[in-house]
Amino acid sequence: MTSTTMTGLEMAGLPSVVSERLSKKFSRNLKERAIEAVLFFAAFVSVFTTIGIVYVLISESVQFFRHVPIVDFLTDRQWTPLFDDAHFGIIVLLSGTITSSLVALLVAIPMGTVIAIYLSEFATPRAREIAKPILELLSGVPTIVYGYFALLFITPILQTFIPGLPGFSLLSAGLVMGIMIVPYVASISEDAMRAVPMALREGSFAVGATRLQTATRVVFPAAISGVAAAYILGISRAVGETMILAVAAGMQPNLTFNPLEPAATITSFIVQVALGDLPHGSIGYQTIFAAGLTLFLLTLVFNLIGFFMRKHYREAY
Amino acid sequence: MAAIAQNAAEIRALIGKGRRWDTTFVVLGIICLGIGLLTFATLFFDMAIDGFSRLNPEFFAQFPSRRAGQAGILSAWVGTTLVMLVTAFFAVPLGIGAGVYLEEYAPKHWITDIIEINITNLAGVPSIVYGLLALGLFVYTFGLGQSILTAGLTLALLILPIVIVATREAIRGIPGVIREGAYALGATRWQTVKDHIVPYSMPGILTGVIIGLSRAIGETAPIITIGALTFIAFLPPAPITDVAPYISFEWLKAPFTVMPIQMFNWTSRPEEAFQHNAAAAGFVLVLMTLTMNGLAIWLRYRLRKHIKW
Repeated sequence: MTSTTMTGLEMAGLPSVVSERLSKKFSRNLKERAIEAVLFFAAFVSVFTTIGIVYVLISESVQFFRHVPIVDFLTDRQWTPLFDDAHFGIIVLLSGTITSSLVALLVAIPMGTVIAIYLSEFATPRAREIAKPILELLSGVPTIVYGYFALLFITPILQTFIPGLPGFSLLSAGLVMGIMIVPYVASISEDAMRAVPMALREGSFAVGATRLQTATRVVFPAAISGVAAAYILGISRAVGETMILAVAAGMQPNLTFNPLEPAATITSFIVQVALGDLPHGSIGYQTIFAAGLTLFLLTLVFNLIGFFMRKHYREAY
Repeated sequence: MAAIAQNAAEIRALIGKGRRWDTTFVVLGIICLGIGLLTFATLFFDMAIDGFSRLNPEFFAQFPSRRAGQAGILSAWVGTTLVMLVTAFFAVPLGIGAGVYLEEYAPKHWITDIIEINITNLAGVPSIVYGLLALGLFVYTFGLGQSILTAGLTLALLILPIVIVATREAIRGIPGVIREGAYALGATRWQTVKDHIVPYSMPGILTGVIIGLSRAIGETAPIITIGALTFIAFLPPAPITDVAPYISFEWLKAPFTVMPIQMFNWTSRPEEAFQHNAAAAGFVLVLMTLTMNGLAIWLRYRLRKHIKW
């Protein structure tokens, strides 16, 4: 087809234009390929990042586990990495992480769910237009500011209700952390509920159900895998949160599940060590990577479960 | 007749009960949203009141000091600005490039799947883990030290997923006919991307970039982990010098502090005077993120209002 056109044009006395365009084709192709390669590289940076994280965490942790048997790491009930009599029982830090996360989830899950149901099933478009930016503002506040707020505003208020509450506590940090996670839980759950087809709601209304009955007995169960994903991603957020705990929960390692006590978490321990001046390559330096690896694996499990659950509800309808 | 009337009354009662429950739930929803808004308002005004005495021009022009009354945030806001420049320099092109690749170029096969799962997972990795990555890789392996460059790179990696996701969503909003039109006129893929796809999705991309940067501004944990100093009483070398070649990149290697770290330092001191400083620094920080988030919300609103394909 092209060749006949060319001959036609050549006969018409217009050879140069077309053949020039075609001779550009090679360099044009080369440029296209090069650009595609550059863009692929940009996309692959994320893979490099993951490889980098895994490499750094594992290589330093391997050094750490040469000194500390992994059984001690998992079963020891003391955490005193910088003492002469060093103990490395991660369970001590985990107890702080679990307790503060539970407090946070007790706030975030009920509030987030109610807000999500309200926004998806009850709110007028206008109300939604106002409410969503409010949630975004809440999620945009730097965590260090939340930490300040927990330590210097919430703790004194709690102390008037709970006499004997220490200046640092998992309760106060956890409560503020919960408020921080609310927008996150609410927006993912709302997405899931809005993805439920209108026909299900119409069917429910047609048999005489009220809005609330439709929301709690039809829409919520239909969106359950997305809502569960929201909860799980919320847990992952709570486990990885650092500054609120570092500021308001104290940084003393403490094996406790009582939210009224101060305790260190995995994250606040890393901050505490990083604030000091530990020589590169020392056991104390390697400790934070072992703690970091624990944290990374923990959040990875939650993130993957959340990822596949979200994928599931997207495919459901 | 009586039986029907009684029935109607029952039905009416039932409907009334349902309505009351609905109203109760709406009130509950509004209360929950109100708690959120109240929290934000309380922390904002609490910091404004506590830090009011310190919010004067000198506060922005003074270095940190052992005396709370003379301490300021000069090195902190300069540090934050420079770190953000580095972050934006790396995160914006890489994020847009990756987003464009995944939407416009990527073939459907396992490598693409891996990249996608990866980005989703990276978005959920706790920020402090990025700090450990930077400590092990940038600070010690690459020898970049505890510098502005290290901090900027770390935060760039941290916000990359946000920029990528925003870019992809913006590109997905562009109808296929735009691409087909460009291809029909003989444009190559790259010409289509650079002349049509990227310019048309710019407001959406910009929203993502602003939200990403506003998150980076407030990030404390990864910067503490790489070992940023908390007491910096000097400024990094100026980027413009009076000798040729007039531009210096020495500031990239300089030690630094940033706003959230300065605030953390003041918050963790027992003296009340320093807590006023922390409040003032926190107020400035929230104001910065608030402005950026507001800008992003406004951009998105404008976008939704003006662009109709």
